[in-house]
Amino acid sequence: MSRSSGRSSPLTPYLQVAPLALIMLAMVGVPLITVVLLSFWQSDGISIYPEFTWANYAQVLTSPVTLTLFLNTLKYAALTLVATILIGFTCSYFLVFHVRNLKWQIGLFLLCTIPFWTSNVIRMVSWIPFLGREGVFNQALISAGMIDQPLDILLYSDFAVVLTYIHLFTLFMIVPIFNSMAKINPNLIEAARDAGASGWQILWTVIVPLSRTGIALGSIFVVTLVMGDFFVVRVMSGGQSASVVSAMKNQIDQLFYPEAAAMAVLLIVVVLLMVSAILRIVDIRSELAK
Amino acid sequence: MAQATQKRGVGFYLLAAFFALFVIFLYGPMLVIFVLSFQGPSGGLTFPMRGVSTHWFNDLWTSTRYGDLGGAFRRSVMLGAMSLLITAVVCLFAGLAFRKRFIGAGPLFYLAITSLVVPGILLGLGISQLFQMLGFRLHWWLSGLGAHLSWTLPFGLLIMFAVLNRFDSSWEEAARDAGASPWQTLRYVTVPILFPGLIAVALFGFTLSYDEMPRSLLTVGGRNTLPIEISNMTTNVTTPALYAIGTVTSVISFAVIALAFAGIALIQKRRARAKRGA
Repeated sequence: MSRSSGRSSPLTPYLQVAPLALIMLAMVGVPLITVVLLSFWQSDGISIYPEFTWANYAQVLTSPVTLTLFLNTLKYAALTLVATILIGFTCSYFLVFHVRNLKWQIGLFLLCTIPFWTSNVIRMVSWIPFLGREGVFNQALISAGMIDQPLDILLYSDFAVVLTYIHLFTLFMIVPIFNSMAKINPNLIEAARDAGASGWQILWTVIVPLSRTGIALGSIFVVTLVMGDFFVVRVMSGGQSASVVSAMKNQIDQLFYPEAAAMAVLLIVVVLLMVSAILRIVDIRSELAK
Repeated sequence: MAQATQKRGVGFYLLAAFFALFVIFLYGPMLVIFVLSFQGPSGGLTFPMRGVSTHWFNDLWTSTRYGDLGGAFRRSVMLGAMSLLITAVVCLFAGLAFRKRFIGAGPLFYLAITSLVVPGILLGLGISQLFQMLGFRLHWWLSGLGAHLSWTLPFGLLIMFAVLNRFDSSWEEAARDAGASPWQTLRYVTVPILFPGLIAVALFGFTLSYDEMPRSLLTVGGRNTLPIEISNMTTNVTTPALYAIGTVTSVISFAVIALAFAGIALIQKRRARAKRGA
């Protein structure tokens, strides 16, 4: 605190935070309000009229396609979530409790996070030579004598979509779980061991509960990333499958902005419900403050 | 550590194998497209390699089939550089502000988090429609940059929080007590101490912007950025040129990451030496 000369005026934090606040309001706050407004406006497919209507919501909510889209998206989210939690937890557990050298620990952790700073589009594309009919996977299976015909379901399928999601998003699970695990006091594990707990008991009764903040944070990231994707589902399913946002993207391409906006608002409501459900289970804010 | 006294069991080797498989899963496909981008001129999208050449890299620069790749690349680097600078400066000051109480701190923090979790294309729709309603034209360096900042600033802010968590503000007090003005304190004390953290924020600023696609799609106007061109290529291009551009852009990303890590390591080494010398 500024106990000295009083040169630091009470206005200082406001001046310091003003650029961030202005950009966030102009590029996030107001645009989101714009989307909500848009969802109540009329359009005839050519232009948009700022007149209030429920029609966009009526259309979205009564269309049987909407439910299918949401269920399909939730299916992707659930499959990806389970896989990323299992992989993320196992990798973090290995790094925190089995890698003893701090330099190695940091090095291997960075190895898991470096792809975050590279292109998602390229990382997705890199599965194409792997999964195609003539791809590395099929060639390996055929030369191993395990199959006679190349498998068609590898590329352009739900499998390819979920695999790509796991590939892209697991690091969003590793980072927060690693962080919460690294904060676990080793004495707790020691105490549990002294009290006669087996390895599995320690895992289930000490480590998993103490990692729950990380699991919850990672889950929020993974769920929102999967629910917000349109590109992976479009390319990796070969156009055979759709998610909420990929359908929204089609509406945008056809200039049906108000319908797309109504779909977007519905999606945000669903995502917010899911996030608040996760927050109900784990109070992330109070845990992070610890 | 208690574990240091124990012998490594089967569990260690199983987990190590799992981790190794995960790393292969993470990097293997990327390595495959790096190799395949050097296909011979008659090579296809998968193995076998039909000779080794840089044909597809040359094809990228000489062919007109791929649109304005050079221009898209220049715009992406420019956007990355602008995002880097703005993210580092804005997040530094915002991070400093968040150490004190101020009205609106909570809502602003939640707005930043909202920006992280909201689907990018939706924010792009909002920004583009807002610009249209206000009668502004969409430009990559204005609406496009704004869309990128909506992605880089929240990440930068979170990194800044982590950096400031380990910052001892008694250094600033000491400077103030010694008669430094607020600007002098910032210039000679705060920024030098935080510099490695600021490099990390800048790394996020550049790379997240350089690779950003969903938010850019509706906001850059008539001139595309590189990720948009590449994502268009995924549906149009069926030659290894797709992998060649992937290799080029990944090499740039890795070079930037290596540069940032080297910068941080250099500063820390210098500090360690100064500490030993003192």
